[in-house]
Amino acid sequence: MALTRRQRRAAFRGAQYLLLVAVLLTLAFTANWGELQRGFFDLDVAAEQFPDILSVALVNTVVYTVVGFAFGAVLGLVLALMRLSSVGPYRWIAAGYVELFRGLPALLVFIAFGFGVPIAFHIRFTTLSTVMLALGLVGAAYIAETLRSGIQAVPRGQVEAARSLGMSQARAMVSIVIPQAFRIVLPSLTNELILLVKDSSLVYLLGLTGAQYELAKFGRDAMNTNPTLTPVVVSGLCYLVITIPLSYLSRWLERRGNAPKKDSALEVQS
Amino acid sequence: MSDRLMVKAEGVHKNFGRVEVLKGIDLEVRPGEVMCVIGPSGSGKSTFLRCINHLEKVNAGKLWVDGELVGYRQKGDKLYELRDHEVAQKRREIGMVFQKFNLFPHMTALENVMEAPIQVKKEPRGEVRERAAELLRQVGLSDKAGNYPAQLSGGQQQRVAIARALAMKPKLMLFDEPTSALDPELVGDVLGVMRQLADEGMTMVVVTHEMGFAREVGDSLVFMDGGVVVEQGTPREVITDPQHERTKAFLAKVL
Repeated sequence: MALTRRQRRAAFRGAQYLLLVAVLLTLAFTANWGELQRGFFDLDVAAEQFPDILSVALVNTVVYTVVGFAFGAVLGLVLALMRLSSVGPYRWIAAGYVELFRGLPALLVFIAFGFGVPIAFHIRFTTLSTVMLALGLVGAAYIAETLRSGIQAVPRGQVEAARSLGMSQARAMVSIVIPQAFRIVLPSLTNELILLVKDSSLVYLLGLTGAQYELAKFGRDAMNTNPTLTPVVVSGLCYLVITIPLSYLSRWLERRGNAPKKDSALEVQS
Repeated sequence: MSDRLMVKAEGVHKNFGRVEVLKGIDLEVRPGEVMCVIGPSGSGKSTFLRCINHLEKVNAGKLWVDGELVGYRQKGDKLYELRDHEVAQKRREIGMVFQKFNLFPHMTALENVMEAPIQVKKEPRGEVRERAAELLRQVGLSDKAGNYPAQLSGGQQQRVAIARALAMKPKLMLFDEPTSALDPELVGDVLGVMRQLADEGMTMVVVTHEMGFAREVGDSLVFMDGGVVVEQGTPREVITDPQHERTKAFLAKVL
């Protein structure tokens, strides 16, 4: 019996659902749930991780990321402006920097600034400043490229309008171009922030005291005393607690630009 | 009529690479005059307008605004290019309205109008806010003060852009095809605001295709083609009794 096109489509969709259910059921019945739970999510072991995993490890991960990103954002903005400079050497230096730090694994940069640079220059960095330098220098390379593309995406007419109002080159950049560029690149910047959240785990290379543990190190350390992967699973979940809200935050910031500002309309009437 | 000219152009040349866009423009605009500039696209009329506030550099010839050389300082026989902040200083007194509005999309209508007086002239915020609100009222947009440009129609955006330029209290206003990007039913509102401005005595140079506006509001009409001024006079003279073939051909197409 010939099926109509609509019936064929419905049958095809039904088959897809059937396949999905079959795979899930097979997994559910073949898995050893008790063993899985002991191996990956032992509730007692998980409970032991608290509150330190939040009050120490999560806080440290956030702090390391924030200082790294803050330094990276400032340096990235400077590099982006250098890349757009009319002075050749500035452009070359910035381009070279981006190629270098974008091409190196963050791991190597951590080792360099944790051990190489302090020995070579006879200086001692605190753990926090090493993290700031290493994460910031790597982050800046990505952020610089992102910001440069954002600045170039702002239409020429915007600068002309600003200049025709008597703004200097610098003023037009600060008040008009950069705020718009940031808005354009906000999703990409969030991406880079999330990458830094994860790269902050490399700080373990520096050798940490217990109070300096961040999520990944904390999880691995707890695993040594418990023959189960539970601590790593818990710290993994903590990473998601940081990164998923960040995605929502950036979406919210993007939308905010389009809503009317009620208060300033009211103030005019008063 | 005052002897002092608001705009004086003498043999203004401009080329982009090897293409000569302006081939020697001589024009004079008296204070309070509304000069409309018409001509086919590519005739150089927008480029000339942009030369007046030094958005384009003149390659040869001289331009004065209110008696001061545009973009250069004369010392003896030599011309020295002004620095960035000096050029910016002079642009404060020249308002410009663009075909594509160019409002700042990250600021509300009110903030667009307030930005330059606060950032450039460092005027106190409260004062600027009052003046900006008054300007928005004059262009009929009091209720849109808190809206972002994306929430306004083209005609509303262009009226905000005019208010933004006026907030700097310019002595000269340049309009670069201000209604060309608008839907036909929105053109009237913008022209209405411009007419009001002309009635208040503002000196205006308007590049436009609106022949009705040119005839009714303009004090003088300039027809440009191929980078030169082909014909100029009162709107009535030029429109009803054009002397040159090129003017006649152009008017036959647009009227």
